[in-house]
Amino acid sequence: MTLELRNVSKSVGVEEHIRDVSLTLEKGSLNVLLGPTLSGKTSMMRLMAGLDRPTTGDILVDGKSVVGMPVQKRQVAMVYQQFINYPTLSVYENIASPMRVSGRDKGTIDKKVRAAAELLKLTPFLDRTPLHLSGGQQQRTAIARALVKDAGLVLLDEPLANLDYKLREELRVELPRLFGESGAIFVYATTEPHEALLLGGKTATLSEGRVTQFGATIDVYSRPADLITAQTFSDPPLNVVPMEKRGSQLSYDGKSIAAPAETGGLPDGTYKVAIRPHHLLLRPPAGAAIQVEASVSTTEITGSESFIHVEHDGLRWVALTHGVHRVEIGDRVPVYLDPAGFLVFDEDERLVAAPSSYVAPPRNAMGA
Amino acid sequence: MKHRRWLVPTLYILFLMLPVYWLLNMSFKTTNEILGGFSWFPADFTVDSYVKILTDPTWYMGYVNSIIYVVLNTVISVSFALPAAYAFSRYRFLGDKHLFFWLLTNRMAPPAVFALPFLQLYSAMGLFDTHLAVALSHCLFNIPLAVWILEGFISGVPREIDETAYLDGYSFPRFFTKIFMPLIGSGIGVTAFFCFMFSWVELLLAKTLTSVEAKPIAAVMTRTASTSGYELGLLAAAGVLTIVPGAIVIYFVRNYIAKGFAMGRV
Repeated sequence: MTLELRNVSKSVGVEEHIRDVSLTLEKGSLNVLLGPTLSGKTSMMRLMAGLDRPTTGDILVDGKSVVGMPVQKRQVAMVYQQFINYPTLSVYENIASPMRVSGRDKGTIDKKVRAAAELLKLTPFLDRTPLHLSGGQQQRTAIARALVKDAGLVLLDEPLANLDYKLREELRVELPRLFGESGAIFVYATTEPHEALLLGGKTATLSEGRVTQFGATIDVYSRPADLITAQTFSDPPLNVVPMEKRGSQLSYDGKSIAAPAETGGLPDGTYKVAIRPHHLLLRPPAGAAIQVEASVSTTEITGSESFIHVEHDGLRWVALTHGVHRVEIGDRVPVYLDPAGFLVFDEDERLVAAPSSYVAPPRNAMGA
Repeated sequence: MKHRRWLVPTLYILFLMLPVYWLLNMSFKTTNEILGGFSWFPADFTVDSYVKILTDPTWYMGYVNSIIYVVLNTVISVSFALPAAYAFSRYRFLGDKHLFFWLLTNRMAPPAVFALPFLQLYSAMGLFDTHLAVALSHCLFNIPLAVWILEGFISGVPREIDETAYLDGYSFPRFFTKIFMPLIGSGIGVTAFFCFMFSWVELLLAKTLTSVEAKPIAAVMTRTASTSGYELGLLAAAGVLTIVPGAIVIYFVRNYIAKGFAMGRV
């Protein structure tokens, strides 16, 4: 099936949760909804599932409007961030539940429940009730239930957010594979940019109820259409530096370097240059870079990486460095703005130039 | 001081149990002994009072009548309160909060106020002296109570469970009976207990709305005056038997009662 949202808006009272969203999700595709909390991810999933009705706009499945169609009649499975199961039923019955309702025969139900339990490593717990399981097992039960339903649309609302680190890693790899074989539209909401990158597929970035960009995940990451998309797709936060372009020179704070080739056709003027933390360097790069002096405000050391928060001229930046980087708070350190990572936005915060050789950064070891 | 810790709770329980003990004590005495003077134990132990109550239909039918209308009331209260409580917990509608509070205010008026309108209404409708009359009149205070208790339990169940069930394909009635009611089973138990208890101890409406056919045990007890004065032993035995049903029900819901109180709704 194909799911299309056509100019969908959703207001609750005076609050606008979703603003004029148009989106087409293809059969068998993996789609990530990426955005911070309260950006409208859950609202959008509820609209897709049919749990809520759009205030205006239309939702179409295979070209036919499904607005007003009861949830029971739609082919939708959903997994929530909280572990939602039926506490009074055993794990077996929990998984079997959608098939019991649709009246499948006992043999088929048993076969599918056991297969799903095997896939999700739940076989030893089939006779227990969900509340006697660990959080990870509870969530796997919910995922197994969504899996056996063979739904055309599978919605996962931050399914791994409440799980421990190891389990997340494991499930994150498993999930697209598990659902990928069914040919269903797979929608995955997350607040974490690196999770979107790991899942791949397509990403829609959300901000304040609007879809700011929708496209192949890697494209959205390397060529965000506007500043807000770039900020949504950056964790730790993006560093924004106002720069002046004069001819072939980019300057900031009285220092200038040769502007990257991609900015060649741009008129002179002021631009907002966004630099991801791994392009804000504490050691001089091989090529030319703008060097400014900044004072350290905080450091976060995770072991393999260090996040150094610095302040310069009232602007707060984050630099990501490898290994343990020892600096004291209040130290004045040289910071290098590496033109290899310049995302250049115009005054309206639209992207006008991005590095053509953009390389995705190493995975964020903080896992958050 | 440390080894005297048991003192206060022991005294507390002693004082608490004294009237119950005295009732029990009296029920095994003859009326003459009760009136004769003070004694801690029955000197002339007798179970005659109990035998009389359990063999004389005018006596034991009082219990049967009481139990019939109490059970009837509990069933009506819970089955009407359950959907109402679900609606109050899950849906937003115009004036929902006011309506919910208004339910509580129903409990603020003494039931006696409604004795006369009920009597007149039921007499006119031919309901007078039926078990249903008492059961319905007790809904006056039991349904609001039941809605309040159940709403607390229902709000403790995440709404996502309802939605998951709908997504799984459950229709509302099927979801409600197969998934939801077992989920709040303890809440339903606690609610039923309180309805049972309040209906069981309510005397005024029960006495006013009945005469012969549905006469509750409390009304029977007031009619024991004879030429030889009150039969105190018999009355005490009837009193003991009145405590028994409540005690039995408490035994079954003892583990959930605390939860019901903790919800702050009782």
